Amino acid sequence: MADPMKVRATLKGDIADIRVLMNHPMETGQRKDGGGKIVPMHFIQNLEVKVNGKAVVEGQISQAVSRNPVFSFRVKGVKAGDKVEVSWLDNKGDTNKTETALA
Amino acid sequence: MDALRRTVLRGAGASGALAVALAAGLLKPQQARAAGWNKDAFGAKTPADALKGIGAANTSESKDILIDAPQIAENGGVVPIEITSTVPGTRSIAVLIEKNPFPLAGKFDFKEGAVPFVKLNVKIGESSNVRVVAEAGGKFYVAVKEVKVTIGGCGG
Repeated sequence: MADPMKVRATLKGDIADIRVLMNHPMETGQRKDGGGKIVPMHFIQNLEVKVNGKAVVEGQISQAVSRNPVFSFRVKGVKAGDKVEVSWLDNKGDTNKTETALA
Repeated sequence: MDALRRTVLRGAGASGALAVALAAGLLKPQQARAAGWNKDAFGAKTPADALKGIGAANTSESKDILIDAPQIAENGGVVPIEITSTVPGTRSIAVLIEKNPFPLAGKFDFKEGAVPFVKLNVKIGESSNVRVVAEAGGKFYVAVKEVKVTIGGCGG
């Protein structure tokens, strides 16, 4: 049910530049819909970046992160072909995961 | 970069569909709260309480934390912020938007191999200081940058 996410991992020297695009409404619980009713909070709380199965970045975020969040991370000591995995979990228990190879 | 932009726009439409599905009660109700989410820090309404929530007492100013953010943001809904810490041994970076209703926007823990760098987009409700707190060797270092916002990113 969660919309697809996109991960791009490129190698610059021995540093991987990992760019992540998540599709998520990131509702703050402060916005009102057309009928004047408050749209309930719905946002990603946890995200994790793994390289070859090992966690490298663990993030906790709030509703203050923009809709359809975009993140960049950098990891060193990696090589082409390494497996990069990104996952998230939101406040309703929805989760998503994407995998890509470092290029 | 252009392809990424397309995806963002497509995503905007798709998340609209998700909202409709939610409203129709198609998705499962509230459950399984994230275990590793610092509720105290994220629920704090003042920067001081948020800092307390992440255990950051006695912060000291540091020039080794670089915050790259626009001086003036036209759209407070999407403000790009890029943070690099060159404090040796940086283990985590937290981002606080001081004037937001809930100041703490995110905290990132860096494990072995990760460069203490993060780039993200945040919502900024009104012109505010952006405070970045980096943890290294049990100490907390802080840097501040002001972002002026012409259209707020909260409410509506």
